[in-house]
Amino acid sequence: MKEPEEFSLSCPFPISDYPNILLAHGGGGTLMSQLIERMFISTFKNQHLDERHDGAVILPGTHCIAFTTDSYVVHPLFFPGGDIGSLAVHGTVNDLAMCGARAKFLSAGFILEEGLPMETLWRVVRSMDAAAREAGVELVTGDTKVVDRGKGDAIFINTAGIGVVPHDLVLTPSSVRPGDVLLLNGDVGRHGIAIMAVRENLSFESTIESDSAPLVDIVMNLIEAGIDIHCMRDLTRGGLVSALVEIAEVGGIGITLEERAIPVREDVQGACEILGFDPLYVANEGRFVAFVPPNEAERTLERMRSHPLGESASIIGKVTEDTPGALRLKSRIGTHRILDRLSGEQLPRIC
Amino acid sequence: MKYVDEYRDEAAARKFAHAIALITTKPWTIMEICGGQTHTIVKFGIDELLPPSITLVHGPGCPVCVTPLELIEKAIEIASIPEVIFCSFGDMLRVPGADTDLLGIKSKGGDVRIVYSPLDAVRLAEENPDRKVVFFAVGFETTAPANAMAVYIAHQKGIDNFSLLVSHVLVPPAIEAILASPKNRVQAFLAAGHVCTVMGYTEYEPIALRYNVPIVVTAFEPLDILQGLYMAVKQLEEGRAEVENQYTRSVRREGNREAQRIIQEIFEVRPRKWRGVGEIPRSGFGLKRRYAKYDAELQFDLTRRDIEEPQECHSGLVLQGVLKPNQCPAFGNRCTPEHPLGATMVSSEGACAAYYRYRSRQSERKSTTGGSSDFNSNPDEKSNSGGDVA
Repeated sequence: MKEPEEFSLSCPFPISDYPNILLAHGGGGTLMSQLIERMFISTFKNQHLDERHDGAVILPGTHCIAFTTDSYVVHPLFFPGGDIGSLAVHGTVNDLAMCGARAKFLSAGFILEEGLPMETLWRVVRSMDAAAREAGVELVTGDTKVVDRGKGDAIFINTAGIGVVPHDLVLTPSSVRPGDVLLLNGDVGRHGIAIMAVRENLSFESTIESDSAPLVDIVMNLIEAGIDIHCMRDLTRGGLVSALVEIAEVGGIGITLEERAIPVREDVQGACEILGFDPLYVANEGRFVAFVPPNEAERTLERMRSHPLGESASIIGKVTEDTPGALRLKSRIGTHRILDRLSGEQLPRIC
Repeated sequence: MKYVDEYRDEAAARKFAHAIALITTKPWTIMEICGGQTHTIVKFGIDELLPPSITLVHGPGCPVCVTPLELIEKAIEIASIPEVIFCSFGDMLRVPGADTDLLGIKSKGGDVRIVYSPLDAVRLAEENPDRKVVFFAVGFETTAPANAMAVYIAHQKGIDNFSLLVSHVLVPPAIEAILASPKNRVQAFLAAGHVCTVMGYTEYEPIALRYNVPIVVTAFEPLDILQGLYMAVKQLEEGRAEVENQYTRSVRREGNREAQRIIQEIFEVRPRKWRGVGEIPRSGFGLKRRYAKYDAELQFDLTRRDIEEPQECHSGLVLQGVLKPNQCPAFGNRCTPEHPLGATMVSSEGACAAYYRYRSRQSERKSTTGGSSDFNSNPDEKSNSGGDVA
C-alpha cells in the first residue's frame, strides 16, 4: 500500500476547520461546494471537471464504446495491497478491459457517512487519483452525498466507466469454441484472503497483499498483438470457479481445468487450508482468464508473461465438446469432479 | 505446499489404489467416520480409484449435521435476545431451524458473530461486560479441549457474562450404535484422525474385539485415506479385526493427556440426541455441575419445543451409512444448498452437500453400489428407522 502524503501538507481542504464530514458537506451549500472544489476537482483536475457541468460531454472517436458501473463497499477501507479508492478505479477499469476496451472516462459517486474523518476521505481520494493515472483514465464527473451517522459504513463509492473498443473481436462466451485454451494471468485467492485477514484480525507468517491492479495494459498488449481472443473475464467475487461456470453455462460449452496448473501462492494456500476455504472460489481484483484458439496459446502465454501483471501466467485448462454447460476439474491425484457455484459466501468450518 | 502436496501426489495415489486392488478378493463395505474424510473422498474422487467391489459409506462424523434441531432452535432463540452476542463457527450459521437460521437472525439485527476460537468469545465477554456472550460449542472430541479451556479461563478470570451452548458428541458410542443396528452393513471403519489425536484409540480396542471389525485411525489427505483403506482391506482379507493407526504423525495410542485432563475438568459424559438418529446413551459431553453457571441452557429461560424433522429428509439414514446422499428422493430437487431440508446439505463436511457440490445433481432412485442392496427403499419405513441406531 502506498503511504499517503502528510495530510496537513497536501490536503487542499483545511482539516483544522472540518476534521470530520458533516451532514452539511452533502447539503448543497457552501461546505459541499468547497469539498467538491478543493478536494475532488483539484485532485482529479481535467478539462471536463473544469466545466463544472452536471455531466461531462465527451467525444469517444470513431470506435465502439463500452460502458459499465460498479459499487464499492469494502470493509476495511484500507487493506494490504490497496484501499477502497484504488479498488473503485481498478474494478471498473478491469470490467471495461474484459470487454476489450481501454477505459477513458470514469464517474465517481461518493456516499459518505457523517463523522467520517476528513483525512480518511483525503487518503482515499489521493489513492483514486494515483490509480486513475496508472490506468490512464480520467475522472470526469461525480456526485457526493452525506448520510446520517450509522446509516452508512464510512465510505461507499460507485464508479461508472466508458472505454473505447479499438478492434473487431467479439469477446463473449458464445465466441468460445471447443478446443480453445484457457489462460490465467497469475496466482488466485490473494485479495479475498488479504481482506479476510485484516477483517478478522488473523495473522499469518507473512502479510498477504491484495492483487488489486488495473488490467488494461496487459489486455491491450494481447489485443494489439493481434491475438484472436474469444472471451475474457476478470475473477472477482466468487473467484475463478464462479466466473468460469457462468461462461460454461452461457456459452453452452464444457471446460476442463487442470488443478495443478492453477497458481496459488503458498501463504494463500496455507490460509485456505486453515480456514477450510477453496482458493478457486476466493475473490481476486487483478486476475483474468482469456480463451484463445489452441494455435494462439503459446504466443498468448509469452505475451502475458512479458507483462508485470502476468509473470506467473499459465495455461490452466481447455474447452471440450462433451459436458456442455459444465466446468470440470482434473484433481492433483488425476480424478475428475464437477465445479459449481457456491450457494453463498464460503464460511469457515468447525474443525 | 509442504505437508500437504506430498499427500496429494498422483503417482503415489495410483500406487496405493493399485495395491488395494491387488489384495481385494471379496466385496467389502467400509465407513469413514469423519465428515472431513467424506469431503476428501468426494472432492478428490477417491472412490473412482478403488476396485468396484469396495463400497465406501459415509459416517455420522459431521458435528453440524448431528446437532439436533431443538438445539439449533435454542441457539436461534438465544441469538434473538438483544443483550446477547452469539458466537459460532461459520458452518452453523446456515443450518435451518424450524423457521429460520442464525444468519436470518443476524439480518434481523441479532448480534451473531463468526469466531475462529472459543477463546475469542471469552475475550469478547471480557470486552463487553454489559452483554452476555454465548458460544455455540459444537463438535466431537476434537473441539472439546478448546471449549473446555474457554470455560476454564472464564472461570479463572471471573468472567460471568460468558456461557456455552453445548452440543458435544462422541465418536465411539456412535460406532457402537451403528454396529449394533440390525441394518448395519459396515465391515470396517476409518476412525477420525483428529478425534484420536485428542483421545487416543484405546476406546476403540474393545469395539473392534466385540464386533469383530477392523478400525483404522486415519487422517484426511487423499493419500492418508487410501493408505487407511489399504490397511482396512488388508485386515478384512486376512480375517483380522484390530485397531491400527495410519495417522502416526499425529496420533498416539494414549492420545493427548493434557487435552483429556482439561476435558475431564470441565465436562462429564451425558446421553445426547443426534439429529436424524435419535438419543444415544453416553454419547456426548455436558458441563459438570461445578461449571453449571457457564451453561447457556440454564442461563436463559428457553421455550421447550418439540420439533419434527422434515419427513422428506432422510439425513438420519445418510448419517448411519444406510443411504447414499443421491439415493434420497429429495436430493438435488426439493433439497439443495439454497433450500436445505437437513443439515447434511448445509455443512461443508455434510455428505449431501459434498455430493451436491462434486457429483451429479440428480437423485438416484436405484442404488449405485452393490453394498446398499439391503436398503429398503420404502420411504414410510425409512422415516421410522432413525431410532434403530439408538
